[in-house]
Amino acid sequence: MKDKFIEIQKAKLIHGQIDRRQFVMSVLAAGVALPAALGFAHKAVAATPISGGRFRMGIAHGSTTDTLDSATSENHFTLINGYTFGNHLTEVGSDGQLTGELAESYESADAQKWVFNLRQGVEFHNGKTMTSEDVVASFHHHMGEDSTSAAKGLLTAVTSVTADGKNRVIFDLKSANADFPFIVSDYHISIRPAGDMASGVGTGGYVLQSFEPGVKSVLKRNPNYWKEGKAHFDEVELLSIIDPTARQTALMNGDIDSMDRVDLKTINLFKRNPNINIMEATGTAHYTFPMRLSVAPFDNYDLRMALKHSIKRQELVDKVLLGYGVIGNDHPISTANAYHNSDMPQREFDADKAAFHYKKSGHSGAIPLSASDAAFSGAVDAAQLIANSASEAGIEVEVIREPRDGYWSNVWNNDAKGWAACYWGGRPTEDWMFKAAYTNDTKWNDTAWKGTHSSMVFNALVKQAQAELDTTKRRALYYECQDLISDDGGSIIPMFNSYVSANSKAIAHNEIAANWDSDGAKCVERWWFA
Amino acid sequence: MHPVIKTVLGRLAMGVLTLFAVSLIIFSSMELLPGDFGQAVLGQKALPETVAAFRRELGLDQPAIVRYGQWVAAVLQGDLGTSFSGRNASGVDRSREVVDLVLPRLRNTLFLASIAALIAVPLSLLLGVSTALYRNTFYDRSVNMATLTTISFPEFFVAYLLILFLASLYPVFPSLANVDADTLFGERLYRAALPALTLTLVIVAHMMRMTRAAIINLLASPYIQMARLSGASPAEVILKHALPNAWAPIATVIAFNLAYLVVGVVVVEVVFVYPGIGQLMVDAVSMRDIPVVQGCALIFAVTYILLNLIADIIGIVTNPRLLHPR
Repeated sequence: MKDKFIEIQKAKLIHGQIDRRQFVMSVLAAGVALPAALGFAHKAVAATPISGGRFRMGIAHGSTTDTLDSATSENHFTLINGYTFGNHLTEVGSDGQLTGELAESYESADAQKWVFNLRQGVEFHNGKTMTSEDVVASFHHHMGEDSTSAAKGLLTAVTSVTADGKNRVIFDLKSANADFPFIVSDYHISIRPAGDMASGVGTGGYVLQSFEPGVKSVLKRNPNYWKEGKAHFDEVELLSIIDPTARQTALMNGDIDSMDRVDLKTINLFKRNPNINIMEATGTAHYTFPMRLSVAPFDNYDLRMALKHSIKRQELVDKVLLGYGVIGNDHPISTANAYHNSDMPQREFDADKAAFHYKKSGHSGAIPLSASDAAFSGAVDAAQLIANSASEAGIEVEVIREPRDGYWSNVWNNDAKGWAACYWGGRPTEDWMFKAAYTNDTKWNDTAWKGTHSSMVFNALVKQAQAELDTTKRRALYYECQDLISDDGGSIIPMFNSYVSANSKAIAHNEIAANWDSDGAKCVERWWFA
Repeated sequence: MHPVIKTVLGRLAMGVLTLFAVSLIIFSSMELLPGDFGQAVLGQKALPETVAAFRRELGLDQPAIVRYGQWVAAVLQGDLGTSFSGRNASGVDRSREVVDLVLPRLRNTLFLASIAALIAVPLSLLLGVSTALYRNTFYDRSVNMATLTTISFPEFFVAYLLILFLASLYPVFPSLANVDADTLFGERLYRAALPALTLTLVIVAHMMRMTRAAIINLLASPYIQMARLSGASPAEVILKHALPNAWAPIATVIAFNLAYLVVGVVVVEVVFVYPGIGQLMVDAVSMRDIPVVQGCALIFAVTYILLNLIADIIGIVTNPRLLHPR
């Protein structure tokens, strides 16, 4: 009853029927304490978007080799920039749920043939109406032998994309995939007019005015934007500010309104500034230490188990992430995913168990661990901490500092290095994550987890789950998958890192998405000036 | 032939050879670096097929010698090539000419370098001459101490200090120097103030101390003694008698520092978010964008060669013995 009354009062406040003072008085009368009443008023008003203003954002990435072609979009600048002027078939909302974007609806009877019904009357910035032909061309851009798209691997399961009339597109897949609508939300697969994939013409909330790779991007609100209640800023300026001190100074001085990647080392000083809000979101991104089962001694189950028990996970979160993250349980599914296995007991540092398994493995001598800050910031420190905690269990780990250059091509996912540091941005669905790095057919199976009995069971389970449309059954299957990776798999996954960003207090927003940094990288479309 | 023209021609011929050697060294060192453009762009997401598609598209599947030969042939015809980034097999080619990428950046860099040089060169000459004149006084020592202090700090630290004092605590200048092609001259000057000031502080000491040392060195020579005995004032001795003979070493140091302003200021660019050529080259190297790296390397080499040539000419012109050889 009281809740309902407050809701009604909030609605009146938002629509201007009562003022803030009247609102606070009325909810006080309803028995709400004063600070809470003021908070209600603030939240209710903040939740009503206001249009206008020039939004300037400092982004930690950006390179002179950046392009407007979403196929090679690989850093956070191109990601945010791409979402300002482009739309996708589907999108991951602030609550982590999938909704249609340029697709009004999508359906499948068998999860193998997917039908996407397009939104009608959506116009590209060049005035052309979007049709199924553009969608087909946009997908073909990422497929085929000559494609240089980073999303090529995602779409290998697609056998054909065909237009069915002007407003419907049909995808045929090699095998059933219940998560296919999630895959088409990938930031690489932006829908652009056929024949023009790289000039930055899209259907998004902002029209590109100028783009200087590695420097900045300037955009204007699209007056014709089809999505209601989104894209509130009149103008947007995205700046590439790679130096963290420069970024933080610019925000403190009011030269920008928002920034990503706050430097955690100075965050406590930064927080003291009265004009700044710090935002934290724990998503699917995680730091890993994959051991390759194709290389001795990591082919030995007991040795892997010994190392998994010699990690002080909370220490890593506290010292490497400075507390901005949560501990992992040696599997890649985060609490932000739908089927995170919350029943699994948390693996802790246990010197006795580690020593027991180590003895059983029969291994002796130092175990090399390759690390470089190319994997993630603080990777070498994390490796040193692992070496320290392992030595408490009588295991000698030798940290090898690898060069930053070419780390991904020469060190990671390479049989020459049995154990290395790695970073995964995570994926919105379990199936996607498993297929990216854990099933036997992916080239990024950086643990070479293929031959063991558990891995074969795992592969069968993933296949079964991908075609399963019943969520209860899927949950059970994915829980078991997580158990198998955590137990037999080669990856040590000690922590999930949080995205930490900062805004000027003038910026307002609703609940923040956790699928990417900066409100799912869609802050430009979702935020406004209060 | 006049010695000045002779030197210029000789130096220019050597310069062309140097450029050739530089391009060869840069090209082969890029070959020695691990990975290629496809792998660098795709990072962790590089699939062998995608990287192979990139190699085919960019012609990286051909032997290095062939690629180098093609590049040299193109440059001799005045074509620096196009950047690897933005080429597209399945759609429209959106890659940009190296010239179009480099020129706006070079313009920004030259602008910043000229502002810094316009402040730093007269300032250091003035300080150098005056400290030589009043050497071992309190003034001399304090100028030396101040300039040595600023040169001893790393550039980024000087930059952060200036930001702290002139942008955060007393907001006189902006901390972001993000200019673009449309920025007006006055605004550009205002935005580039802090980076220019940083560079000035970093290079003044070297030039000032060289000026001072060159002059003091000459003050011990017999002809200066003669000038003094003939009743010239200390200022006259230095400006009229010592300075002309000191120009050669001073010009060399100034040339060296000006070259540094063009080729070596990437740290200052990053701190102030100034879109100069240093950041362009660093990005191109990390992405293995060879045409852009080669283009930048040539420009840097030309800068060094030309500035040193000018310094040598100044050395000859100001020294009557070299100007009129017997």
